[in-house]
Amino acid sequence: MPTVYIDDKSIELAPGEKLNCIQAAERAGIEIPSYCYHPALSVVASCRMCLVEVGEKKPDGTVSIPPKVFPGCQTPVKDGTVIVTNSKRVLDAQKATLEYLLLNHPLDCPVCDQAGECGLQDFSYKYGRGYSRLNEPKNIKPDKDYIGEQITLFTDRCIMCTRCVRFTREYSGTGELQIINRGSHEEIDIFPGQPCNNKLAGNVVDLCPVGALCSKDFLYEQRVWWLKGKDSVCPGCSTGCSIRVDQNNDVLYRLKPRYNPQAQGHFMCDEGRFGWKYISSEKRLRQPYQKQGAGLAPSNWNAVMPAVKTAIGTQVKAAPTKFAAIISPWTTVEEAYLLAKLLKGLSPDVTLALGPVRTVGGDDQYPKTVTGAPPKEVKFTIRAEKCPNRRGVEGVLEHFQGSVISFETIASQLQSGALEGLYVLNADPEAMFTADFVQAAKGLKLLVVQDLLESPLANEAHFVLAGAAWAEKEGTFVNHNGLAQSIFRGVRGPGEARPDGRILWELNDRKGLFRASTVRQEIADEIVAFAPLILGDLGEHGVMLNSSEPVVAPALQPA
Amino acid sequence: MAKFEPVLLARIGKPDSALLETYQRDGGYSALKKALGMAPEEIINTVKDSGLRGRGGAGFPTGLKWTFLPKGHPGPIYLAINADESEPGTFNNRILMEEDPHQIIEGIIISCFAIKSNKSFLYLRYEYGKSYRALENAVNECYAAGILGDNVMGSGFKCDIVLHRGAAAYICGEETGLIESLEGKRAWPRIKPPFPAIEGAFRKPTIVNNIETMACVVHIVNKGVEWFKSMGVPADPNNPRDAGSYGPKLYCLSGHVNKPGCYEVPLGITARQLIDEYGGGVPNGRGIKAVVPGGISMGFLSASELDTPLDFNGPGKVGCLGLGTAAVVVIDDQTSMVDVLYNCCRFFSHESCGQCTPCREGTAWMTKIMHRIRSGQGEMRDLDLLAEVAGSIGIIPGTTICGLSDGAAWPVKNAIKKFRPEFEEYIQSKRSTIKPAELLAVH
Repeated sequence: MPTVYIDDKSIELAPGEKLNCIQAAERAGIEIPSYCYHPALSVVASCRMCLVEVGEKKPDGTVSIPPKVFPGCQTPVKDGTVIVTNSKRVLDAQKATLEYLLLNHPLDCPVCDQAGECGLQDFSYKYGRGYSRLNEPKNIKPDKDYIGEQITLFTDRCIMCTRCVRFTREYSGTGELQIINRGSHEEIDIFPGQPCNNKLAGNVVDLCPVGALCSKDFLYEQRVWWLKGKDSVCPGCSTGCSIRVDQNNDVLYRLKPRYNPQAQGHFMCDEGRFGWKYISSEKRLRQPYQKQGAGLAPSNWNAVMPAVKTAIGTQVKAAPTKFAAIISPWTTVEEAYLLAKLLKGLSPDVTLALGPVRTVGGDDQYPKTVTGAPPKEVKFTIRAEKCPNRRGVEGVLEHFQGSVISFETIASQLQSGALEGLYVLNADPEAMFTADFVQAAKGLKLLVVQDLLESPLANEAHFVLAGAAWAEKEGTFVNHNGLAQSIFRGVRGPGEARPDGRILWELNDRKGLFRASTVRQEIADEIVAFAPLILGDLGEHGVMLNSSEPVVAPALQPA
Repeated sequence: MAKFEPVLLARIGKPDSALLETYQRDGGYSALKKALGMAPEEIINTVKDSGLRGRGGAGFPTGLKWTFLPKGHPGPIYLAINADESEPGTFNNRILMEEDPHQIIEGIIISCFAIKSNKSFLYLRYEYGKSYRALENAVNECYAAGILGDNVMGSGFKCDIVLHRGAAAYICGEETGLIESLEGKRAWPRIKPPFPAIEGAFRKPTIVNNIETMACVVHIVNKGVEWFKSMGVPADPNNPRDAGSYGPKLYCLSGHVNKPGCYEVPLGITARQLIDEYGGGVPNGRGIKAVVPGGISMGFLSASELDTPLDFNGPGKVGCLGLGTAAVVVIDDQTSMVDVLYNCCRFFSHESCGQCTPCREGTAWMTKIMHRIRSGQGEMRDLDLLAEVAGSIGIIPGTTICGLSDGAAWPVKNAIKKFRPEFEEYIQSKRSTIKPAELLAVH
């Protein structure tokens, strides 16, 4: 096996594997600091932070190392490569690079959003010198708040790693960002009047290793060390980007993409990144409601839960074929399962339908080409299907009634008066808040709406159950490709609102607390399509449902 | 030393020397005719045997560079001619292009034939308007006369020359910077490997050669290897890395000399000979304080090092970077080295492309430090700081992609080493030679 030596450690390369020094060292558990290098972007080797000594161990055991440093990101490793990351030459080079980077950096960390998660701070502590020898005035560059609708540029903080420029050229393909001027007067800028507003633009803020590119949405909102993150999945489309939900004191501040090679890669789109504001909407349901006379009266869970249960039981018993449930593709697999279990347990004749699958246009593929032609190699797709869990809900429905009944079928039944009872698990504003639909729903003997927001439909309901948004609950989403990923509860819902899983758990008369992982194991046991979820824990990158590889618990994996 | 009969400059100053008619009358394009009768490999071997080293600055053996092209490549292969002559003090390419463009074109066609390239790009710095017009006219004459085009002199060989004017930046003279600029991008030097001979302009194998090198090729084909090797300095047997310095060289003599100009002399002349015999000495009987051996990026020779031979190997022996472009700038004893060094630093920080951190920030910092010293606020420790910065930037310590910052560092290293007492005296005196207007115009 080809062997690479890094300081006092060594790693073995798989056949045909191509790594650079940074990747090889990372595998050995050694950090080589870098700024301009990003695994998803081309290598430019310009920041000069990843300088290491690179030599070769000859077959006769001698090691030759040229007396100079090499950029780790640009230097490929092969059998016998020796990488030295802790020699005086390397430490001096790192120290020098950091001193150069800080020469014209304003050091305004106290007011900088990046402070706390800043590459310049981190590496300065680890590899830099404690003081500056600069005795001259710093370059002053103007801030540019016109870079994009969501992006602002603190030009003087920039270290010219050009990650953002390469991202817009290589990933989004839109190429809005560029470098102007030369030498130490260089600045990132846009072409006049062409701001960086593409749908992937928010990623340049994440890519920026310092506080130069900042998100206007998050600007001065929160110091990052107060933020607590929970892994989740973006509900914006069926791509199912892995994300992290950053919150403090139950206020959601921002979403950050999380690397997942099985889902989307490194990035996420702006639709998802900024599309969560409804979570803190004024119109959120804060408590359950029960119909009283012509209107709704606020209730409490203790009163409403037995009442709902009785009402559903009575209605299903009276006319099982005239009872239906609409399960939105925004609900988790566990919630769909629990509701299906409840209703099919009451009567197998109850109809379960998939909520409206919202589709907007076609798949939006990146990188864009100048001519608008589809890209040769697709690096990122914003999918037309705007719901995160159609496949998951379909899997549950197929198990319980053999087929998936569409929303259109159930809506026409409702219009024709063929239904008497309806359970809506998360409504869709476009299809279900229409005058026709609401009018038809008025004739129902029982309408239960479990949802997030106040709505015309909820106004007509007999019971309104205040549910939770995706960031407020745990569960499983299955993306377009059959990748099951777990979401975790990042923030608590407003007021008395409860996670939907908990509501349905209690409607099922189950004892104890609702835990998604427990339900997930139960589903895996019962439904063949979900068998790979048997461990309950889906890990960082999720589990492919259609994978033929056997499921092995992490502890049982060979070392 | 007997006056050398110029070869490359033989036609300079003659009436209408830039025209095809006079060039052919003087025996022009006979080398091309001869070359078209040879096998391409034969030409490459001839150039290789002649020991011709690139005249652009780095002195890489030209024939060897040509052999780096992939064998049996289906093409296209490009030849890029570097006429982005920007090293301060250098003007030999300009004289060749303005006065004798056909000599260059002949060299280009021969080289294209040798490396099996059908297209050559001549990258000319924007400021050289007269050169551009002379070359444009010469290229048009060649197309009309069938010397360029689909059938070069009836041989069936196809050769085109594209004249490309850059937008004027020092970094475009770096070969991969030139290629990037040629492709219409920002002239940021590329990371190597791949070297241009494998993947250059438009991702095709590309050879980048200097104007003067092209002129030399003509005469090597015409007069042979023996003639070329009869001039210059043979390789140092004690230095396995020395490839020898053969042939004539155009030295650009400027600064404080009575007769500045471009002189053609065999490689290996000493700085003192060049200044005294060709330059007519220093004006007003002043002494020499320092001499730039080959463009300011090469550093300085002190007064005691004037007998250094100016071949590819000589300046390096006394701590300079190399011969560079052989632009010899004489600095007399009335000049402040502080001012000279400030000017050097200012030039390089202005021209740093800004890609690599050490060069972008280091060159600018050195300029700021020098400015502070000149304004009377220097401290003794600044000299060590300057030396440390200069020592940490460049391709030699491995901290940058291209050699620009080596060139920026060398004058600093040399000046502080060789003229340290003058800097110390200046700093201690706390005087300022800065003019009030300059205070406003710090770069």
